[in-house]
Amino acid sequence: MNFGVIVFPGSNCDHDCVHVISSVLGQKATPVWHKETTLTGLDAIILPGGFSYGDYLRTGAIARFSPVMGAVKTFASEGGMVLGICNGFQILLEAGLLPGAMLRNQSLSFICKDVHIKVENAATPFTGLCESGQVLKIPIAHADGNYYTDPVTLAALQANAQIIFRYCRSDGKVTPEANPNGSLDNIAGIRNAEGNVLGLMPHPERCAEDVLGNDDGRVIFLSMLDALKKASLQPKTVVA
Amino acid sequence: MKAKIHITLKSGILDPQGKAIEHALETLGFKNACNVRVGKYLELELRETTQDRAEAEVKAMCEKLLANTIIEEYRYELAS
Repeated sequence: MNFGVIVFPGSNCDHDCVHVISSVLGQKATPVWHKETTLTGLDAIILPGGFSYGDYLRTGAIARFSPVMGAVKTFASEGGMVLGICNGFQILLEAGLLPGAMLRNQSLSFICKDVHIKVENAATPFTGLCESGQVLKIPIAHADGNYYTDPVTLAALQANAQIIFRYCRSDGKVTPEANPNGSLDNIAGIRNAEGNVLGLMPHPERCAEDVLGNDDGRVIFLSMLDALKKASLQPKTVVA
Repeated sequence: MKAKIHITLKSGILDPQGKAIEHALETLGFKNACNVRVGKYLELELRETTQDRAEAEVKAMCEKLLANTIIEEYRYELAS
């Protein structure tokens, strides 16, 4: 399978994603510069973490207007799998591919540490190899991860099982103390209504190998690969 | 024409920066300060001389890029 990794000016986790896809999963990883307007032969797209456009104005606010985002939107609207990690999640929110917005962390601090997240929905292409309720230890590294949306949208997210990951304690209990950034309903990751676009703040690409002392993040990439193989989707050509 | 644009978090959305500043003011003895809201201020020049057209353009800029209307509200002043 061929995973496209979008590279914006200021992306800094793009190489990590490429490494995991190629070295850990043994699949093809294709870096895609943000000026591209055509996506050819990709089976899935990853928007990596970083500080696209220096986080100027708001996180993701300028990246969402990058030329490549038109093709990413088309890819998503045709059912293609899109994963946004950290800044990638923020870009998906600003682009309207996922509902809601990010506020500054409640503590006002940039938080870089391991957190525990609970897999709330294991029946998705991104979590298919997880157990429902499984707890993953994955690092976060962000200043703006305080997820917010209006009460109507939140109710819809809850009703449609679109909240995929919640911050929790190591025993899986979802508590206010386990919430690192003030995120609404302890949200760490959500998907769109159609189910093919996922955004999460934790960085699974930073913990996908034994040699790093933690491989909890690997299951997310393996789930994506498994879903792609099962669907045996044909590579797509998308023009913005 | 010159536009002065103010963007703040919507009322009802917690503004942690505002809270921290409010607390600092209180500590310094400014007991009358309350409901501190932190925002962004932008100034820009417009090559447009008609008030109506300038206003429509500034509004479009705010809606499309400058503010995220899920969490923020904006207001602006125009001066020639």
